[in-house]
Amino acid sequence: MKTSHVKSTAITPESIDEAGAIAPSPVADYALGLGDDALVLAQRLGEWIAHAPELEEDVALGNIALDQLGHARSLLTYAGSAWGKTEDDLAYFRGESEFRNRLLFERPNGDFAVTIARQLVASVYFDSLYTALADSADPTLAAIAGKAVKEVDYHLDHSVQWLLRLGRGTELSHERMQRGLETIWPFVGELYSADPYAEGLDGVAVDPRTLQARFDDVVPRLIADASLTVPAIPFARGGGRDGRHSESMGPLLAEMQVLARAHPGARW
Amino acid sequence: MTSPGDSGGRETWPLWEVFVRSSRGLSHVHAGSLHAPDEIMAVRNARDLYTRRAEGVSIWVVPASAITASDPDARGTFFESPQGKEYRHATYYTESEAVPHL
Amino acid sequence: MAESTETMDYEAGAARFAELLANEHRVEPTDWMPEGYRKTLIRQISQHAHSEIIGMQPEGNWITRAPSLKRKAILMAKVQDEAGHGLYLYSAAQTLGIERETMFDQLITGKAKYSSIFNYTTPTWADMGSIGWLVDGAAICNQVPLCRASYGPYGRAMVRICKEESFHQRQGFEILLQLMRGTDAQRAMAQESVNRWYAPALMMFGPPDDDSPNSKQSMAWNIKRFSNDDLRQRFVDMLVPQAEILGITLPDPDIAWNEGRGHYDFGELDWAEFHEVLAGRGPANAIRVARRRTAHEDGAWVREAARAYADARSDERMAS
Repeated sequence: MKTSHVKSTAITPESIDEAGAIAPSPVADYALGLGDDALVLAQRLGEWIAHAPELEEDVALGNIALDQLGHARSLLTYAGSAWGKTEDDLAYFRGESEFRNRLLFERPNGDFAVTIARQLVASVYFDSLYTALADSADPTLAAIAGKAVKEVDYHLDHSVQWLLRLGRGTELSHERMQRGLETIWPFVGELYSADPYAEGLDGVAVDPRTLQARFDDVVPRLIADASLTVPAIPFARGGGRDGRHSESMGPLLAEMQVLARAHPGARW
Repeated sequence: MTSPGDSGGRETWPLWEVFVRSSRGLSHVHAGSLHAPDEIMAVRNARDLYTRRAEGVSIWVVPASAITASDPDARGTFFESPQGKEYRHATYYTESEAVPHL
Repeated sequence: MAESTETMDYEAGAARFAELLANEHRVEPTDWMPEGYRKTLIRQISQHAHSEIIGMQPEGNWITRAPSLKRKAILMAKVQDEAGHGLYLYSAAQTLGIERETMFDQLITGKAKYSSIFNYTTPTWADMGSIGWLVDGAAICNQVPLCRASYGPYGRAMVRICKEESFHQRQGFEILLQLMRGTDAQRAMAQESVNRWYAPALMMFGPPDDDSPNSKQSMAWNIKRFSNDDLRQRFVDMLVPQAEILGITLPDPDIAWNEGRGHYDFGELDWAEFHEVLAGRGPANAIRVARRRTAHEDGAWVREAARAYADARSDERMAS
């Protein structure tokens, strides 16, 4: 049952900090995984800025990146409260094996079709996750999710519009969009597998396995509407929540953390 | 002068004019224009471009080619009627200037 | 939009145009205007738009490496604003009868100019501060008077841009302020960056007016409101006290308050360097255009797909 005292539209990383809510350690561990998902995805989206296929898309992808980064900051700030660490301590001074993001989010952007495929899968996932999390018994998580779900609704719409246009546009875009789906498909399974940090947090955390039905209901239909085919590709073995990442993660973190690590303890 | 709504090549996106109503009770005001392949993307792009700072409650997008403007050559006759009819403006009535709430 | 006014009597049109300017009224897209006015505006507005778009690159360079999540968010928002500014300006230019595709083509084939300040590189994080404080600061000085430019769509686009630009300058200043309050290494980073950006920022106002052929005509047409030298002086006068607050030394030993003039004196600028960079021999000229061209060409298949989809839908609708 929700007992939220925080106005969901106003929540920001700063307001979470100011409110002074301290996350219980298991909740912090759970929030950290969610925060890493959002952070790594935001980092990937940030790479598109100044390279998108049209200026209007630079603006659109920029918006999505900023929303994701906002979710990451809120979740990391809340998680950090359990350990006296800031969002930046967590983002910049953990090593690869300490990051808990699912592998989908660290996939390289590839071409625009690969990115849209990833965004489609990510948005459907976040939409169902945050919808459920908005009812969390933890008021901070509920508030973060309540704001996020409105933004993710827009991200999902953006992905769907592009899925349609690329799938049905030209032969070339159709081929690339199909290939894009195939490229990220192996990483879908992990998203809906058990989250070790959600164990024992009934009513607070969301078990990702409960979200699978929504994916199965929505995504194949969207793919078919776009004249594309659901890939018949097996899911890869996961490991993200346990700190076991793909080879893309090392360079991603190296780039993200290089400057902060060159000046440990400095403020920016 | 080329019509702004025309698009040349295979890949060019047509031009759309954007109108934003910033709060309930006001009219839609012209905010600018953008390129989009169709009306669905146009209204989304308009939201991204013109309401990033919460400046919008309602957005209209119209293909630039659909807009008809009044012909400046006919300015004289087209807009003649209001001229010389200052009694349509409240400032014409000086006797009642000091009356409150008028 | 209504057709151009070629049918209008030239003398009547010219007289009305002169009247608009004399009364400080706006010239709108459907008004008669001299061909020179139209061409000057297309050139100026599109150059401004190109500058915003190219300007996304030197700063975009640091998004993935921003040293805090808050700075990352702010930088993303800033660069995104710049894309938006480019879009507002391309839209304004289009009302004068040029297509966006044409302007883009001019940019990526190297035919169009853009502000040469963006041909400098951003090797350090402190450059994000210098660009905000110095480059955006200079841009604001240039841009505020443009809000009263005679051409309506341009003036209105500038009002929107100026509102957003003040956040840009402030965030740059705060980046430097934070650095100057930090470690020795951070302070050195800030000072080194300002040493590189100061003179190029001052040169953003353009050469001394005697050497600037277009200035006089632009001022007569109420497009340009103040001379290059006036704007530059105004900028330096603002910078000096700001530099004092930062604790940063402006790399110009000749800066001194001149009681008689009521302004700060400052040293001679290296205009030879300016012309080199303008002529394409700056540190990053080639890269900036090439990267823009790559992004544009790589995106062609996406734009085509969207167009094809839109055409197919409208065909369906007409058939039903």
